[in-house]
Amino acid sequence: MTKSYSEHLLANGLKVLLKEIHTAPLVSSWVWYRVGSRDEITGHTGLSHWCEHMQFKGTPQFPSSVLDRAVSRDGGMWNAFTYFDWTTYFETMPANKIDLGLRIEADRMVNSLFDEKEVASERTVVISEREGSENEPYFLLGEAVQNAAFRVHPYHHEVIGDLPDLKSMSRDDLYDHYRTFYAPNNAVISVAGDFKTSEMLARIRELYEQIPGGPIPPRLSRPEPAACGEHRLTVEGPGETTYLFISYHAPAANDPDFFPVTVLDSLLAGPSSLNMFGGGGISNKTSRLYRSLVEKELAVSVSGGLSATADPFLYGVVITVHPKRKPEEALAAFDDEIKRIQNERTPVAEITRAIKQARALFAYGSENITNQAFWLGHAEMFAAYDWFLTYLEKLAQVTPADLQRAVQKYLRPQNRVVGTYIPTDAEVQA
Amino acid sequence: MKSVNQHSLPGPDDITRVVLPNGITVLARTNFNSPSVVIGGYLPCGSLFDPDEKLGLADFTASGLLRGSEKRDFQKIFDDLESAGANLSFSAGGHTAGFTGRCLSEDLPLLFDLLADALRCPVFPGEQVERLRAQFLTGLAIRAQDTAEMASLTFDQIVFKGHPYARPDDGWPETIQAITRDDLADFHRIHYGPRGLVLAIVGTVEPKAIAGQVAKVLGDWTNPSQPELPALPELKPLKNPVTRKVKIPGKSQADLVIGTSGPRRKDPEFMPASLGNSVLGQFGMAGRIGEVVREKSGLAYYASSSLSAGVGPGAWDISAGVNPGNVQKARDLICKEIARFVEKGVTAEELADSQSNFVGRLPLSLESNAGVVNALLNIERFDLGLDYYRRYPGLVRAVTPEDVLATACKYLHPDKLAVAIAGS
Repeated sequence: MTKSYSEHLLANGLKVLLKEIHTAPLVSSWVWYRVGSRDEITGHTGLSHWCEHMQFKGTPQFPSSVLDRAVSRDGGMWNAFTYFDWTTYFETMPANKIDLGLRIEADRMVNSLFDEKEVASERTVVISEREGSENEPYFLLGEAVQNAAFRVHPYHHEVIGDLPDLKSMSRDDLYDHYRTFYAPNNAVISVAGDFKTSEMLARIRELYEQIPGGPIPPRLSRPEPAACGEHRLTVEGPGETTYLFISYHAPAANDPDFFPVTVLDSLLAGPSSLNMFGGGGISNKTSRLYRSLVEKELAVSVSGGLSATADPFLYGVVITVHPKRKPEEALAAFDDEIKRIQNERTPVAEITRAIKQARALFAYGSENITNQAFWLGHAEMFAAYDWFLTYLEKLAQVTPADLQRAVQKYLRPQNRVVGTYIPTDAEVQA
Repeated sequence: MKSVNQHSLPGPDDITRVVLPNGITVLARTNFNSPSVVIGGYLPCGSLFDPDEKLGLADFTASGLLRGSEKRDFQKIFDDLESAGANLSFSAGGHTAGFTGRCLSEDLPLLFDLLADALRCPVFPGEQVERLRAQFLTGLAIRAQDTAEMASLTFDQIVFKGHPYARPDDGWPETIQAITRDDLADFHRIHYGPRGLVLAIVGTVEPKAIAGQVAKVLGDWTNPSQPELPALPELKPLKNPVTRKVKIPGKSQADLVIGTSGPRRKDPEFMPASLGNSVLGQFGMAGRIGEVVREKSGLAYYASSSLSAGVGPGAWDISAGVNPGNVQKARDLICKEIARFVEKGVTAEELADSQSNFVGRLPLSLESNAGVVNALLNIERFDLGLDYYRRYPGLVRAVTPEDVLATACKYLHPDKLAVAIAGS
């Protein structure tokens, strides 16, 4: 198996990351822009995500119907994602067809049309996407918690945006956003798979190097002030099931504390997978919170999540409360577990076990070329690819003392928002 | 740049297939590029055996297999699995109970041991059964609030009326309440056994040694009481259009499912139906349906068609999530597309696009160990032959627009469609 990785900077500022993997006749190519929902001001929430949708609506060279058919005809998979810190587009294609993906992305870096009619029809599609999410109690609760956690930092709104903004933003708002942030010097291209680096680099230069760079506005810099007290909130809605969402302000991905908090998450709620594609997960039935909540019949499930973000975001635990129990009981048991991990030094063996789990998940994700190319670029959005390459090493360096310090620093009640979804259809239990 | 090598696809020269004396079929393919192994399989213990009043029994039993065995209690099972960073899970569908697992190569003997333990000697401890019951009941309460799931479940009730496929495999709250711990143990004792068990293994494995490794843990398993699966009754096609609405208050979006029943996987119409379905509501951003419902009308974030052919006839349906005020509009557009599809079929160009997509996406669907496990199980379940994926491009390209039209006319009748709607 040949695996090599190289990094290049084109004259226009476009950063290129290439990794040869010759295990399957596939290539996955990603273009990343340093723009996301955290760059949106009030009134324009959801702009980055809607703009991403418009990128599928065609250019003079590749009208929308042609674009879509061309990729599918070649047996490719393509899609795009918008997150807080970034927007990305990818194509995974049979190795001999990837040129199409490279050409599409070079073209739509500058030539997308943003046709007025297409904007109108996509407005209702995006609203429909939001309405679909609103059907889910978990979305409603998550949105309320995120909102309460960030008063100042633009991580306060969901990527999809708020309904009034989705109704009021114009074609020019979308197009301005596109022209401002979609430039080679604000982008990274990451390609992994079955190619020769010299050939791939030459082709990327040919397609992308003539695209001129532009002035990129500085990102909104509005750090969230330190939390100074617990927030509690409730969301009411249909259903019979009660959910608890406990969210702590957490370190950014490039903060050394990110790694102890990752291990904490693994001990508390089970190992989380870094794999965006492929791999699957590991169950969490021996995690501390599963034992104290699910095995004690206070909850029917529990899971934890920490996101790799450029600025400090949240570490969240979601608890689906047992139908015969009250959320307060589950929260009290949760708090006991946090106290336990804070007061009792964690055995080294438990940390070693978390590292083995992370190693296994890492191995599972390595099978998937799309996942490899994803990480090659994604890590650049908050740190550098080295962050991913040394991830297991940094986890392995976490000590019991680091864990204790991280619990004391981050998992304090003053540093959290506790959200409860209260179902309005629940029968009163005897 | 290279062309796709036909021989990177699984075939008789790189798939190992061995049937053990007790009836277990073992399929394996080596992938030394991967540091891990994926296993998957099934055995004939699905919900077709469930009595109506205890619907969900097969699924409950499958989920209970990992809750404690004669050798390990619940904590020990998951401590062994999770400490190795491995996973293993069971669930049941209509015909079969299935399992899937994954581990680092060095832990494969452990995974086999846990698999054998779960299959052969589960004990269904009472308190674990109650915990599972609470989880199932919560799952059903969440299902009752899910507009997409409720529309799909209601659709099956219309299309498969009088047929076991009308029943949800995960049961109903009252049937889950009616199942006892002894029901699980009895279901396991009677139905679980080596006959009909298929196990596929892909990853860093030595093909010559693999059957022996399986035989070591499952080779002496017997169960003379294993019954044959009950025969499927014939499905009676709908004689009239049927519409049913499920009210779920307080939801921002409604889901609708429109369609009928389609062919079985082994029917000759499967491939033309599958390609026709691609043109109708899959290709690119969801084919013609995506084009009219999403792209042109902006009515939905998702709108597509699906064909779920299995051992028996599957559903052939179109689903979309729309604002409650747009249900009628979306429904009219979808029905119009179905009518056009049945009347005029597909153009040669549309068909060629989908054929090219079916062949071109093979390397992507087979790049991972899990993808190859699925392919091997597919070959075995539907008796497709070990050379199926090598013959596949030819099978796809042999389909003509006339075949698609004839298939569409046979199954889709625009005046006899089932329509299910769930939402506020």
